[in-house]
Formats: sequence, structure tokens, C-alpha cells
Amino acid sequence: MELEKDSYSTHISQQFNEELEQIRTQMLTMGGIVERQVSDAVEALLNGDVELAEQSRRIDQQTNEMELLIDEQCTTTIARRQPAASDLRLIVSISRAVSDLERIGDEATRICKMAIELADNGANQRGFQEVRHIGNLVRDMVKEVLTAFARNDLEMAYSVAKQDRSVDQEYRTAMRSLVTYMMEDARAISNVLNVIWALRSLERIGDHARNLAEHLIYQVSGTDVRHQSLKQIKQTVREEADNSSDDEG
Amino acid sequence: MTSEAKTHAIDISSMQRDDRQLNLDDEQITLQVKDLRLSYGDKEALHGIDMDIPKNRVTAFIGPSGCGKSTLLRCFNRMNDLVDGCSISGELLLDGDNIYDRTVNVADLRRRVGMVFQKPNPFPKSIYENVAYGLRIQGINKKRVIDETVEWALRSAALWDEVKDRLHESALGMSGGQQQRLVIARTVAVKPEVLLLDEPASALDPISTLKIEELIHELKKDFTIVIVTHNMQQAARVSDYTAFMYMGDLIEFGATDALFTNPEKKQTEDYITGRYG
Repeated sequence: MELEKDSYSTHISQQFNEELEQIRTQMLTMGGIVERQVSDAVEALLNGDVELAEQSRRIDQQTNEMELLIDEQCTTTIARRQPAASDLRLIVSISRAVSDLERIGDEATRICKMAIELADNGANQRGFQEVRHIGNLVRDMVKEVLTAFARNDLEMAYSVAKQDRSVDQEYRTAMRSLVTYMMEDARAISNVLNVIWALRSLERIGDHARNLAEHLIYQVSGTDVRHQSLKQIKQTVREEADNSSDDEG
Repeated sequence: MTSEAKTHAIDISSMQRDDRQLNLDDEQITLQVKDLRLSYGDKEALHGIDMDIPKNRVTAFIGPSGCGKSTLLRCFNRMNDLVDGCSISGELLLDGDNIYDRTVNVADLRRRVGMVFQKPNPFPKSIYENVAYGLRIQGINKKRVIDETVEWALRSAALWDEVKDRLHESALGMSGGQQQRLVIARTVAVKPEVLLLDEPASALDPISTLKIEELIHELKKDFTIVIVTHNMQQAARVSDYTAFMYMGDLIEFGATDALFTNPEKKQTEDYITGRYG
């Protein structure tokens, strides 16, 4: 049963409407902060901007606090309202989503740490192009999956899950070329390792963005698509689209 | 390598709950409802209901007031026969036999299909006599048989330990929750096949309600249970299958787990999540 766009505001209990809307808004706010953390981390690394990296690391504490806060609200709402069907799935999905968002924040913080080390070492720019490229890809994924959450847009969620595959591919290619480079120039190993760690974090952010897409698909369609192939996810999204057009017709 | 992998594999089959896989197609069916229509005078209250009630399962009927769920429940032991101007068409089969057939003995049907109501209605007799009543009507007079059955019924209703020392005191001195369990004991004493429960816990406090729910869970081993409830959480807790009714129609009927997490129909979704219809 697909949700209508404004279906969180149609409960008989106005207070319940407000609680759900608040949980959703806060999750999206947290998403906005995390999205900023990711782009700041990549910028800081590419520009050697230590100040920006430090600032972004401090923001991570806020993300951690928001995770606890939103999770607690989810628990309270379950206890007080005994939500069912789409309401229950919304809460379960958000509770899972904030945990993925928090971990995206952690990965961004890790990248900031690498940015600071690289800046301190006066690094050469080997691997930066890969960081910029993969950084752009995952930043777009995070941005898109949050937009998908805001609009309950499953096609968009599927497209994010699909992009994760290209990120994984790009990551493997980057690894190969950086490993080759390290073999050629042993003096660069320590710096290139830092870049590799940053790339690894970006790749993990891509995985978390895909998780977020899967949570949204569960929330809207009721089908748990975790650990499924892209093909199966596509199938679920298509069935859901068919069902909802049946309902409209 | 393969054998090593096998020894390290963890068997998760015990983590899978059997009732997750519930499917009506796999069930043995006790009651079959076929195009059942019921009118009070000119007003049609049930508009052609088709459903199969599975054996040894708890089936819950939910829906707003006036949706026909109690009316449908009452059809199962022909309680509606007592209502003036009530007419019924369609079929209702108990183990394959139409209960609305002319040849059916209604008293016998009601022994096979027992009913418990919202308000506990013990007779103004002793606890023992309440449970023994149905047996005596059946012509069973042997004290030993009656003693044994009374104990069995009271144990089945999880009441024996609370009342065994005061079996001959008046049933009216019991608490509401105890009275309701006594009524259930009285109903199961005659060994029916089906137990119909019409809001059995709505007049009880939360602890007595939980005791009744626990009892329902125990009783489904021996009986097919159909329960009408306004309390959706109760339906979600006690039932294996749930039927959602609205304005005399059966809107959705399926495994409770599925219906409460991902209903197929928008009307069901709106009702169980408390939205405007």
C-alpha cells in the first residue's frame, strides 16, 4: 500500500501527525547536515583546508546527538502510539536511516582527519583526481537519496542504489592505479595511503547511501530489499509503481 | 574447504517463526462462508461475504462500529435467528455442512459453536454449577464425569488454581476477569469445535485482558476461535488471521502479520493507522 504524499497529516490524532512529521523533518535536517559534512570533507581534502576539516569534525558531534535524539523519539512513538502499517514502517525506516546517516558522518570525519594529515605533510596531489571524481559521485548519491526521502520517490531511490555500483567500480580502478603508483615510488606510500583511506571512506558512504535507498523502498512499498540484487530492487520498485497506478485508476 | 564452510555455518532455521509463513491456502478450513447476505428488514447489513475460517487458528474481525462484524459472528451459531425481521441468504458451512439447512438442530449447533459475550454473564449459581450446567443439559449425570470435566474446563480457562477451594461459592462473587474466564470454562466444558468471542475483554482491566488473551492463545490448540474486537492491538496480539470489515463488506482478509505491517487495501491502511476514511 503506497503512501500518498501528505499521508502523515491525515491521522485522526493531530498530535500523532505532528510527532511523525517532526521525526521525518528532523531526519531530513540531520541528512542535510551530513550531506554538508561529506562535501566539506572532500573540499577540505582537495584544497588542503585544515580549518574547514576541523570545523566539519566538530559538526560530527551534532550528528551523533541527533541520531540519539531521533532514535529516542522513534522509541517513544512506538511505545505511546503502537503504530501499524505505513506508520510503523516509517518509524522503523527512519530509525535505520539515522544510524546510516550517523555513519556517513563518521566516514566524513575520517576523511577530514586524512585531509589534515595530508595538508600537514605538504602532500603531492596524487590520487586527488580520483577523490574529486568519487567524492562528487557519492555526494550526489547522498543528496539524491535525501530528496527521494523527502518525496517518497522510489525511482530515485533505485537510481541511488544503482549508482553505488559505479562507485564501487571507480573505487576499484582508483585502488589499482594508486597501488601501482606506490610500487613505483615508495616515498609516496604514506601520503597515498591517506588518500586510499579517504577513498575507502567515500566508498563506504556510497554503501550507506544505498542502505538509505533500501530503507525508503521498505518504508513505501513494505518489501524489505536489503541484501537483494539490483534486479530484485528494480522489480520491487516497478511493482509498487504498478500498484499505486492501479489504486489511482 | 566446502566441508569446513559447512561446519562453520550457523543453522538459523530455529530463528524463523512458523506463524510468519501463515497462508490460508495451507490451512484446514472449519467454517466456510459463501456469498452470505443478511438483512434486518429492508436494510442489508452484510453484502455477500465470502471467507474461510481456518481450523485451530484465531481469526479476528476488526472494523468500525456498524460494519457488520458482530452480525457476521452471530451468523456462525445462528444467534440472528432470534432477531425479528432478519433474513439470510447464502451458505455457511461448518465442516462442510450448511448450518442454515432446515434439518439442523440449532441447540446442537450452539453446542458445537460456543459463544462468549462482552459482559461476563455467569448464572446466579455456584462456580461448579455454572460449568456443569451445559453437561447436565446434555443429560450427563454421572458425578465423576462431571467432576472431571469441570476441573478440565476450569484448568483450560486458567481458573482452576484460583477457584478450586471455593467451587461451591456463588459465581457472582468473582471479579469481572474471573467471571469472563468462568464463562469461557462453561463454554468449553461441552467441548465445542468453534469458540466465538464477541469483545471478550472490552469490559476488563488490562491485566485481566492479558489473561484472557493468553487463554485464547492456549485454547486455539483445541478449538477454532473467532474473535470480534474493537481493540486493534488486541487483534494484532492474539490473532493468526485478521478480517477487516467496512459497511457490511469484507474488505481484506489475511495473515495478521501481513495485514498489520503492509495491508493491501487503502481502507484497511486508513483504519488500522487511525486515519480519516
